[in-house]
Amino acid sequence: MQHHEMNLNLKVWRQKNKDSKGEFKLYRVEKISTEMSFLEMFDVLNEQLIRDGDDPITFDHDCREGICGACSMYINGKPHGPWQANTTCQLHMRAFKDGDTIVVEPWRANSFPVIKDLMVDRSAFDRIIQAGGFISVNTGNAVDGNSLPVAKDDADASFAAAMCIGCGACVAACKNSSAMLFLSAKVSHLALLPQGHPERKTRVMNMVAQMDKEGFGACTNTGACEATCPKEISISNIARLNLEYLSAGLTADK
Amino acid sequence: MLDAKIPAGPLDDKWTEYKGHCKLVNPANKRKLEVIIVGTGLAGASAAASLGELGYKVKAFCFQDSPRRAHSIAAQGGINAAKNYQNDGDSVFRLFYDTIKGGDYRARESNVHRLAEVSANIIDQCVAQGVPFAREYGGLLSNRSFGGTQVQRTFYAAGQTGQQLLIGAYQALERQVALGNVKMYSRHEMLEIVKIDGKARGIIARDLVSGKLERHFGHAVLLCSGGYGNVFYLSTNAMGSNVTAIWKAHKQGAAFANPCFTQIHPTCIPVSGDHQSKLTLMSESLRNDGRIWVPLKKGDNRKASEIPEEERDYYLERRYPAFGNLVPRDVASRAAKERCDEGFGVGTSKQAVYLDFGAAIIRYGKIEAGKEGNDHAAEEEIITLGKEVVKEKYGNLFDMYEKITGENPYEVPMRIYPAVHYTMGGLWVDYELQTTVPGLYSLGEANFSDHGANRLGASALMQGLADGYFVIPYTIGNYLADEIYNKAIETSHPAFEETEKIVADRINTLMNIKGAKTAESFHKRLGKIMWDKCGMARNAKGLEEAIAEIQALKKEFWSDVKIPGIIEEMNPELDKANRVADLIELGELMCKDALNRNESCGGHFREEYQTPDGEALRDDVNYMYVAAWEYKGDHNWELHKEPLVYDVIKPTQRNYK
Repeated sequence: MQHHEMNLNLKVWRQKNKDSKGEFKLYRVEKISTEMSFLEMFDVLNEQLIRDGDDPITFDHDCREGICGACSMYINGKPHGPWQANTTCQLHMRAFKDGDTIVVEPWRANSFPVIKDLMVDRSAFDRIIQAGGFISVNTGNAVDGNSLPVAKDDADASFAAAMCIGCGACVAACKNSSAMLFLSAKVSHLALLPQGHPERKTRVMNMVAQMDKEGFGACTNTGACEATCPKEISISNIARLNLEYLSAGLTADK
Repeated sequence: MLDAKIPAGPLDDKWTEYKGHCKLVNPANKRKLEVIIVGTGLAGASAAASLGELGYKVKAFCFQDSPRRAHSIAAQGGINAAKNYQNDGDSVFRLFYDTIKGGDYRARESNVHRLAEVSANIIDQCVAQGVPFAREYGGLLSNRSFGGTQVQRTFYAAGQTGQQLLIGAYQALERQVALGNVKMYSRHEMLEIVKIDGKARGIIARDLVSGKLERHFGHAVLLCSGGYGNVFYLSTNAMGSNVTAIWKAHKQGAAFANPCFTQIHPTCIPVSGDHQSKLTLMSESLRNDGRIWVPLKKGDNRKASEIPEEERDYYLERRYPAFGNLVPRDVASRAAKERCDEGFGVGTSKQAVYLDFGAAIIRYGKIEAGKEGNDHAAEEEIITLGKEVVKEKYGNLFDMYEKITGENPYEVPMRIYPAVHYTMGGLWVDYELQTTVPGLYSLGEANFSDHGANRLGASALMQGLADGYFVIPYTIGNYLADEIYNKAIETSHPAFEETEKIVADRINTLMNIKGAKTAESFHKRLGKIMWDKCGMARNAKGLEEAIAEIQALKKEFWSDVKIPGIIEEMNPELDKANRVADLIELGELMCKDALNRNESCGGHFREEYQTPDGEALRDDVNYMYVAAWEYKGDHNWELHKEPLVYDVIKPTQRNYK
């Protein structure tokens, strides 16, 4: 693959901690190879900042292969930047041109308070899972894995929903800061499998209640979540969630 | 010092006998017993969930923002289990045998046999939790092949098996959090073990958001903090993966076993430049269908598509006809290095070989065309059909490759090269997974126990979950049963105070160096020393040099590292410096261990010890032991040997020809 080097301007959100007021700051990075990942470009910038006696930019990242869901930058007005079905860590610099100015912000949602700079607190997602995003089976109770056949289409659809990496891009992209895509992915993953059926009603009721409690907005079907999701979780999961929620509400015992 | 506590009796019965006779703790007493778990990957999350279910009071710690992000999530290919669903002759014994042989006869028979025994339960447990494994049209579970075996025993969920298993364990963990049985501490890093009267009694952790130190008591402490491949700087590990938790334990008396046994994975995306921060694995499952080759002619600069079939060297198929492209990882990695060192490498760096799906695309395309009754399909049509099948199997991996390299692997062969992936070494543990410090346990990649000198593909997930779901719930009871009279110790106890002071002093020292070089720059330099001299091939001279270089690097680090910011805030540079300081010390021990082991086995290849045709030459007479190192102070370790006794398997030279 042909590659070359670029000089870029960066406009990055800086915020000391959750209580302080943030601001954009301008930086310049030079000789950035098109083969670098976006986060490697940030590594270069941070090394430069430390050398110059400045505070490096704090951001979440870990696996750098698009699966842990830690990275979370809002790049030029899009969660995870310009590429489709992509995470920030997998975005590579060949997506940009020499001389570009790139604007980088944290996820913006009341339910994801900023911890520092580009790092936000997404523990609300863990609490939504705690409300019901599981199958209540203790270790040691399982029967043989093949004693319960699952139609391939259902297994595949369940897997497609279970691919969610919990990064929160769907919330960041939504003008209502809704967590419906995240929640619906978990509800679909478990509702599509026979193992998930016994708790089907309580699960969806409790998870939706927790989502509301966390302050996430409602869904108005703009589809921004689906368009930005790095794992291409389908918005049809939200339809399934609504169906599950409605039927649970109509038939629940309590 | 080393008592492996292997139960007596025939191998097949050891685990059953153990479970039948180990001590139990009654439910009322479990509620009073506290267990600390460090790390929430497959081993940690499954242990936390299972112990929470049993009724213990569990505190779990992870440095990430959520337990779901632990690096187990990145495992791609699959998980082994001796289910024999394929009717192809698999059994507990075969899985046990393959694992011991794959590990080049440097693992403990009893532990590995237990692993094989519980492997089937893991699949059942995960299915019950709703892990969406791949299935056949009949609704039953699907399997595929992995390296080093001749049966299909690998269960998978596309190329995201680790993710799906971790989410299963994470959900089980979060359920226990909701029930109040587990208290979760995310964005917390363990920085020291607290010992009272020789037993592990708690930890000092740092809240990474506030920067404040915390004291936590536990009747037992479980370290499930993963491997230390990041000592090489470039590896397939996550950026945050580190050795700190087990290194602190080591310095407090836990022996460190076989530190030099490192797995170099054969199929990773090659390094593209100095800016590189990590390497990305391309799953071993690709070797099911991909064929590995280099040009027959040295320095051939033609494009892959311009090199005709007869001018290609499918070197694995040539050297190892029985296993072909599915030889174990250490063998495949060394073979790639050998070709590249000889000048046959491809790509701009010449440090890469091809992984080619051309033949698989044609093969699958013909099958698909045949299904439609089209026996005379045009080549173009066959290729289109074949690409669809390959996409179904490996689509996400191909997409990932294209994002990173900018090349389309459906059109041109992938370029791959070996990279550091896994560490077989780790804290020495006995049959109960207890380290040499009473009350201190180690599970998953953090311990040394099951993989010997080389791990087979799809066995890491198996071991992490075996330890957490099915081993520790039994073995910890055997220890805690004697603890029921001991009340929780207040964290105002002098031992907690003193240990916290040690941690605080170290952090202050680090912050006050105010040198000129970043922690990152030291990490890179350490990685280069390790890769060049303690990597895929090692020799005595290089290792001696490496030890001297690392000692000098350590000195330089402690006098010239520059950490910006302050202690009591979110400060990732301080976190990194803390970890790099430990990795440097570990690097020295790894080289020392590699230098001590005058043989080649598994991932440890000493250039002085090889057969005439370049295969690893083991020395069972002198080195059939686990090297467990006891920390004795700065640059000083004492070697203890645990002899490996093979009652059932007869070690031979591994032969994949």
